[in-house]
Amino acid sequence: MRIAGKGLSTQPKSVSFTFNGRHLMGQEGDTLASALLANDIHLVGRSFKYHRPRGILTAGSEEPNALVTVGHGTCQDPNQRATTQELFDGLEARSQNCWPSVEHDILALNNLAAPFFSAGFYYKTFMWPAAFWEKLYEPMIRRAAGLGALSGEADTDSYEKAYAFCDLLVIGAGPAGLMAALTAGRAGADVLLLEEDSRMGGRLLVEQEEIDGLAAVDWVEIVLAELRSMDNVRLMTRTSVTGAYDEGTYGALERVSHHLPRSHSLKGSHRPRECFWRIAAKRAVLAAGAIERPVAFRNNDRPGVMMAGAVRAYLNRWGVAPGERLTVFANNDDAHRTARDLAQAGVHLAAVIDSRHDAPDSDLFPVIKGAQVCNSSGGRQLESITVRSVRGEEKIQTDCLAMSGGWNPSVHLTCHLNARPTWQRDLLAFVPTPGAVPGLRTAGACNGAFSTHGALSEGEAAAAAALEDLGLARVAAALPQADDAPYRIAPLWAVPGKGRAWLDFQNDVTVKDVAQAADENFRSVEHMKRYTTQGMATDQGKNSNVAALAVLADVTGRSIPETGSTTFRPPFVPVAIGAMGAGAADQGFKPQRFLTSHAVAEERGASQLEVGLWYRAAYFPKPGETSWRQSCDREIMYVRNAVGICDVSTLGKIDIQGADAVRLLDFVYTNTFSTLKQGRVRYGLMLREDGFVMDDGTTARLGENHYVMTTTTAAAGEVMAHLEFVAQVLHPEWDVRFASVTEHWAQFAIAGPKARALLNGLLDQPIDGDSWPFMACGEVSVMGIKGRLFRISFSGEEAYELALPASYGDSLFRILLERAEALGGGAYGMEALNVLRIEKGFITHAEINGTVTAFDLGMQGMMSKKKDFIGKAMAARPGLIDADRMQMVGLKPVGAVKELSAGAHLFNPEDPVERIQDQGYVTSVGFSPLLGHMIGLAFLKGGAGRIGDEIRLVDHMRGIDTLCQVMEPVFYDVEGGKARG
Amino acid sequence: MAELLAKTACEGLLPLQIAGLTLHEAKPVTMTTIAAYTGQAAALDKALKAAHGLGLPTVNGSSAASDARAIWFGRDMALLLGPEPDAGLAQYAALTDQSQGWAMMELVGDGATDVLARLCPVDLRLSQFAVGATVRTEARHMMASVTRVGEDAFMITVFRSMARTLLHDLKTAMEAWAARG
Repeated sequence: MRIAGKGLSTQPKSVSFTFNGRHLMGQEGDTLASALLANDIHLVGRSFKYHRPRGILTAGSEEPNALVTVGHGTCQDPNQRATTQELFDGLEARSQNCWPSVEHDILALNNLAAPFFSAGFYYKTFMWPAAFWEKLYEPMIRRAAGLGALSGEADTDSYEKAYAFCDLLVIGAGPAGLMAALTAGRAGADVLLLEEDSRMGGRLLVEQEEIDGLAAVDWVEIVLAELRSMDNVRLMTRTSVTGAYDEGTYGALERVSHHLPRSHSLKGSHRPRECFWRIAAKRAVLAAGAIERPVAFRNNDRPGVMMAGAVRAYLNRWGVAPGERLTVFANNDDAHRTARDLAQAGVHLAAVIDSRHDAPDSDLFPVIKGAQVCNSSGGRQLESITVRSVRGEEKIQTDCLAMSGGWNPSVHLTCHLNARPTWQRDLLAFVPTPGAVPGLRTAGACNGAFSTHGALSEGEAAAAAALEDLGLARVAAALPQADDAPYRIAPLWAVPGKGRAWLDFQNDVTVKDVAQAADENFRSVEHMKRYTTQGMATDQGKNSNVAALAVLADVTGRSIPETGSTTFRPPFVPVAIGAMGAGAADQGFKPQRFLTSHAVAEERGASQLEVGLWYRAAYFPKPGETSWRQSCDREIMYVRNAVGICDVSTLGKIDIQGADAVRLLDFVYTNTFSTLKQGRVRYGLMLREDGFVMDDGTTARLGENHYVMTTTTAAAGEVMAHLEFVAQVLHPEWDVRFASVTEHWAQFAIAGPKARALLNGLLDQPIDGDSWPFMACGEVSVMGIKGRLFRISFSGEEAYELALPASYGDSLFRILLERAEALGGGAYGMEALNVLRIEKGFITHAEINGTVTAFDLGMQGMMSKKKDFIGKAMAARPGLIDADRMQMVGLKPVGAVKELSAGAHLFNPEDPVERIQDQGYVTSVGFSPLLGHMIGLAFLKGGAGRIGDEIRLVDHMRGIDTLCQVMEPVFYDVEGGKARG
Repeated sequence: MAELLAKTACEGLLPLQIAGLTLHEAKPVTMTTIAAYTGQAAALDKALKAAHGLGLPTVNGSSAASDARAIWFGRDMALLLGPEPDAGLAQYAALTDQSQGWAMMELVGDGATDVLARLCPVDLRLSQFAVGATVRTEARHMMASVTRVGEDAFMITVFRSMARTLLHDLKTAMEAWAARG
């Protein structure tokens, strides 16, 4: 219920929303949790395992219970914490893990069967028979236990990622964080202040106290105004730091749009749902505050049982009393502030139950000292509690119990680099171990300084130390005056008694479960965690870890520091996978590389093939052609009979210059390049260090010490990196420089008997066979533009590759096509190119698949005996030149079935088709319109010695089974006369 | 007879204006990578000054003259923008024409740094990356060269074939930045 005159908003606007279909009103500034409590709604969800009714426990991101699903359809957002979900007009939220409704949940029957579901239940029960686990038990358990669900549709919202850099990162904008930011900001440091709440101030927004004589919340506004006025300070709200990483790097999740009204996908508005930040900070101050811990007692999970600090927050910040007759249960002084604030606000306070005999008295409310709450009753909301003291047990009517077992400093980030926190006995809490994260200092409540004065002074000191590291001078200023009450607490982790006392609300783990784990010898805290699943839910046990290990310490007779803590891991708050992969959907997945001829190919309706990142035309259909094969056959015949044009710009081109350029070439290629004359091109083969083939291509000598190397499209980057390695590491003394020029040149193959005729119509100085023999190269002038011409052939015909600066690529391709078409030829695509090269037995990376040696390719003759080259020694290993290795052969069908397929395996016709009988595999196939049948390239055991044999080809996936003849891997113009012209 | 017509890398794609930000193709100029041969850096620096009025840029730096700019372009390499390189430079360095190999865009406007923070994992704050500073880095998945040409102006360069992807990535970031207001 809302208390008039309370809360930070003076004249708040009304906001309408629905919860489980019910129309409700809240007000601006509300979270979903505060609005529900204002509407007296306590039952929000069902628990993970037992489907117990659960309500709102906390007022922050640590909330274990009140998880809801927001929105629907493609925008459905499950597992949003009602305590951090800001209210907006039209918000639709609903409960999770319940059916048919949160009030009547059928699977609450699990609760009755609870004795069977204790720790280790699954492990013991569902072990046998083994096959049942995957098929029956796991799906069943998963259906019964769970959180919210995804919509099943593709997420239509977008996410973003971004990078930030700063001198000082301040994590948390409570008193410590604000003071740190102020101190560093005034000194001129570049400060980034992050706050996970929608509003900065931390506990100062929810406490009744004064700083420098002002209400704390007014002091916050003054500080924020000063921070905002500084150009060197950036403030970000709704941003949680999720992890601390090496070298001062932090991950952070910014909730950009969760708080905005919307009815559909965010895509149209271009606003991301979340932004994942990677932040590099020279120094950091962690001012993450502390999280209040529950006390374990029987039925302490009933809706209406809340954290004392959260009750205070709802009252002071949002003007909401979460009940009409409240009680407080605590082991520390701090919780008495909740009672004080409630009483002063006129809310009926039945009693404060304090486990300590020396608890402070109050004029405002009765304090029952040395007593404990040992049970609660009620249905879907708390009705009464049972208080146990030396006087016996008594029931107290109450609809909201504010409990506090003390505060746990939020040490999480300090443990992300594997440091362990330190137990501080007087605080009954773990505090950060100094130096746990290099460059990060801790201040305020997360460091165990629980008073406002302590937070301000530690925040200032941490910033001052960081400034000294950064070499910046501090501006002297007096520390604001604030409350410095000592933190008084006595141990109370679990109230003894029968029944289930809950430790981990989100994963339904009780004190008994922890005791049972210890009984069964899972005594290490890490074993207990895994056996009971304590701390393994989406909240990572923020509320329960310390209490659970305290209980474990107790039952195993060890101290808490001896027992130790479990490992804190990122992320601090749940992060959507979509945020981590931000920007990678659709076109953002990978770059698209387009050729200069792309527009022409599109105009002609060419089908596009993805080759690495490149888009290349597969074939250029003509009217009347009904299948790609018709287009492909036609394009092949252009090349064989007239002239074909193909864009080959994707091949890697590396410009190599320097006095030692030729030494580099001799070293990376198996064959010799030092004998290559200027104006000539040579084919070369490159091996990896291990002796297997890495790549092949041609290298042209353009000048005395000037070469241009061509790589395959697929290995362009790999070869460039390989050259860098050789030049930087193996032979740094060589004077050689190289640069990629792949993109500077648009390069087109002009292939076929009429290629020269076509060229001579374009070149400013015609060529002939004598001036441009096979494998010649040089500069040419094409219609006034300087270019390069290479007489090389990948088709077996007389062929040239003409390169002009890429700016002319589009225009040149258009002109080449026009000329080719006039000569009875035209464009050819990747499909035709593939068949043409198979007919000639030329290899691509289908053959150079990483397992193949020069010997396997029949290219052992290219391995020079006169010089050293990379891979030479390793390629000579006996296993790599064994005559029984799979060697490249050609195949043609000779049986009834005329189809061949790449990926098929080869078997001797008389052998059964079994894996162990495998004789080899097919790498490339195509239909040769010249030969009138399919042809293929394959690797066959001892293939070189089996030419003429019959072999059986089996492709189980495509259902092909055919008899083939083993051939030499050259089907066309075996002597090579055509290319030489 | 038809003639060869030149097209720039970003022809038909730009300019683009979103909120106060503009993205346009940089004026096409001759681009030459210059990689000094062993022991020739000092001589090259001198020759560059004599021929084009600018010295060899330092790592992550650039140098400029009235009609020329040289930016650091990687290990032992500079990219000369503007003039045809003087032929005499070839005795000190490998010169390679790259004029058509790169798509070069300029992002201008208040917020340009914020937009690039969505693409590049490098510190582009003015205090750390002053006017004239340059870096080889990633623009999302692409290798890129980024140079600050003004307080609110950057030149971003990727391989020519990736112009559309750079535009896509920049546009997405610009729109998201603008949508936040």
